Amino acid sequence: MTTPIVSIRNLKVAFAGGAVRAVDGVDLDLGRGEAVALIGESGSGKSVTLRSLMRLNPERRTRVEGSITVDGRDVLAMSARELADFRGAVVSMIFQEPLLALDPVYTVGQQIVEAIRRHERVSRAAARERALDLFRRVRIPSPERRLDAYPHELSGGMRQRAMIALALACRPKLLLADEPTTALDATVQIQILLLLRELQRDLGLSIIFVTHDIGAAVEVADRILVMYAGRIVEEGTARDLIRAPRHPYTIGLLKSRAHGALAKGARLEAIPGAPPDLANLPPGCSFAPRCPLAIEPCRADRPPLVAVKESQRARCIRTEAAATLAPQLEPTG
Amino acid sequence: MSANASMLSILARRITYTIPILLGVAIVCFALVHIAPGDPLVSVLPPDASADLQKMLLAVYGFDRPYIEQFGRWLWRAVNGDLGTSIATGRPVAAEVFKAVGNTLRLAVLATAIGFFFGALFGFVAGYYRDSFVDKLASALSVFGVSVPHYWLGMVLVIIFAAELGWLPPTGAGPGGSTDWAWDWAHLRHMILPAVTMSVIPMGIVARTVRALVAEILAQEFVVGLRAKGLTDRGIFRHVVKNAAPTALAVMGLQLGYLLGGSILIETVFSWPGTGFLLNAAIFQRDLPLLQGTILVLALFFVLLNLIVDILQTALDPRIERG
Ligand SMILES: Nc1ncnc2c1ncn2[C@@H]1O[C@H](COP(=O)(O)OP(=O)(O)OP(=O)(O)O)[C@@H](O)[C@H]1O
Ligand SMILES: [Mg+2]
Repeated sequence: MTTPIVSIRNLKVAFAGGAVRAVDGVDLDLGRGEAVALIGESGSGKSVTLRSLMRLNPERRTRVEGSITVDGRDVLAMSARELADFRGAVVSMIFQEPLLALDPVYTVGQQIVEAIRRHERVSRAAARERALDLFRRVRIPSPERRLDAYPHELSGGMRQRAMIALALACRPKLLLADEPTTALDATVQIQILLLLRELQRDLGLSIIFVTHDIGAAVEVADRILVMYAGRIVEEGTARDLIRAPRHPYTIGLLKSRAHGALAKGARLEAIPGAPPDLANLPPGCSFAPRCPLAIEPCRADRPPLVAVKESQRARCIRTEAAATLAPQLEPTG
Repeated sequence: MSANASMLSILARRITYTIPILLGVAIVCFALVHIAPGDPLVSVLPPDASADLQKMLLAVYGFDRPYIEQFGRWLWRAVNGDLGTSIATGRPVAAEVFKAVGNTLRLAVLATAIGFFFGALFGFVAGYYRDSFVDKLASALSVFGVSVPHYWLGMVLVIIFAAELGWLPPTGAGPGGSTDWAWDWAHLRHMILPAVTMSVIPMGIVARTVRALVAEILAQEFVVGLRAKGLTDRGIFRHVVKNAAPTALAVMGLQLGYLLGGSILIETVFSWPGTGFLLNAAIFQRDLPLLQGTILVLALFFVLLNLIVDILQTALDPRIERG
């Protein structure tokens, strides 16, 4: 077996002098060429986890513990220079809102050329030629003209394609996508997801994909990790997680989904209560206050990760009871 | 449409927009003479002049014609570079004004350049290292720059560098009180103290603007995007400069405009033979043609400057609508 491209061990990230624990003991392994999706409610620490892989959280205000290895290198030990050479070349990121994530006063072409020339000694003309290829690759129509457009002159979908082209400019091994489709309308969302899937297969990319949307996660990822209050509460193959979720939070998420493979007549339910205050987490399971199955031991100790089956694990001591709670789903292909 | 062609059409449009402004400026300047209390001839006529003499002079100067005709004649002559004759000196107003404008312009440009350079520098450092010691120092300096009375600062500088140390001349624009400019050290020395005094105003304002701009730009998400590409602080600096440039330059242009017209105090303290000095003289001697000419030329400068700033800003910022 080859070494994983990403290996995160017991990652803890805190802000505001340790008061806000945004990430609280995350373990994550990603194989080469694999795509995983990280899902969970707003504020559960998905973006912070993703940004930690490139050390993009504001350095001075962030406290990081644990270890992060990407492509065999210890990310937390890198010098500023090493980090700059690493970002963009080994790992790159696609942001949720490309209009905000691109510099408004440079054309998208200039921004791609800049990224290429930052990491490789090539002429401006050669870099532009490559930018043009990338634009064709992500299927931007009239790529020559679009290279000279400013971000605000492109449509949302086109902008996200340009952002993907930028992320791929230096042939990274790992692509981090932070809700790349949330800002787009439904039809464009699907096009972008299919594009990502295709690029992943063709280029052998490894992808970590953050989303709110389970449907999108299933579309892109082999494996899904569910995050709640800074912890991974359940992980498994996309198929298993949809068919047989074992953590009450995952079940709640599936039940609250507005569209998709819910059986006819199944009720749409919201998870009761609100996400916890990260500055004031309960000592036991952080989902316990909202959990219909919570019992006394849940509130006392932090639950361990329980193997439900070979490829599926849930951080819950009531997985058996949870199995009976799982939503009735129509069998999907 | 190509970028060049659209730039040209913007240019044409912006220039067209200034025409009504210019006309308004001309009307105000013309009206000045007639709004000013007293007779337009009050300073040339002896107090005991006969009614006949007064009538004759009015006719000679054309003051007996209808306003509209007077305005037409005045404007026609002004367009052709004839701003009348100074009542006090008997010399053509245009020559006096242009010489003074040259002096003021030179001083204002140097002061703005100094102020912009140091203001942008302080602002950048302060914005980059917000809430650090440098930031607090820069903020204190900019408050000082905006609030210190400049005639007072001018006098302090004169006392230190001219009276005590004797390094620089205290007043005037050239050796031996000459008012003719030349590009040599003997003349440049005269410019240093007034220019430094004057530069304190744009320095403070530019520093404050740039600090806020830089802090605002650095807080934007695209800076994270730039880091994610692997850019170092130096690479990011270039992006910050390009994002801040349009606004910073606009502020600089406006400051230059204010310095062109608002330097009466400093020019008086340093006896600098510029427009402020000239305005001062024109007002106290009730030299209306001179006053009129000086204000007209200053106003034209201001309009022109705004036009340049506007065009520069459009050229620099792709987000401003060009269509
Ligand atoms: N730079 C920061 N400083 C302080 N707190 C932060 C910072 N970045 C994130 N947080 C906090 O960390 C928590 C997790 O945020 P994160 O952005 O990872 O959530 P998320 O799961 O990505 O949510 P969303 O789906 O809304 O993007 C939040 O409570 C957030 O307020
Ligand atoms: Mg997020």
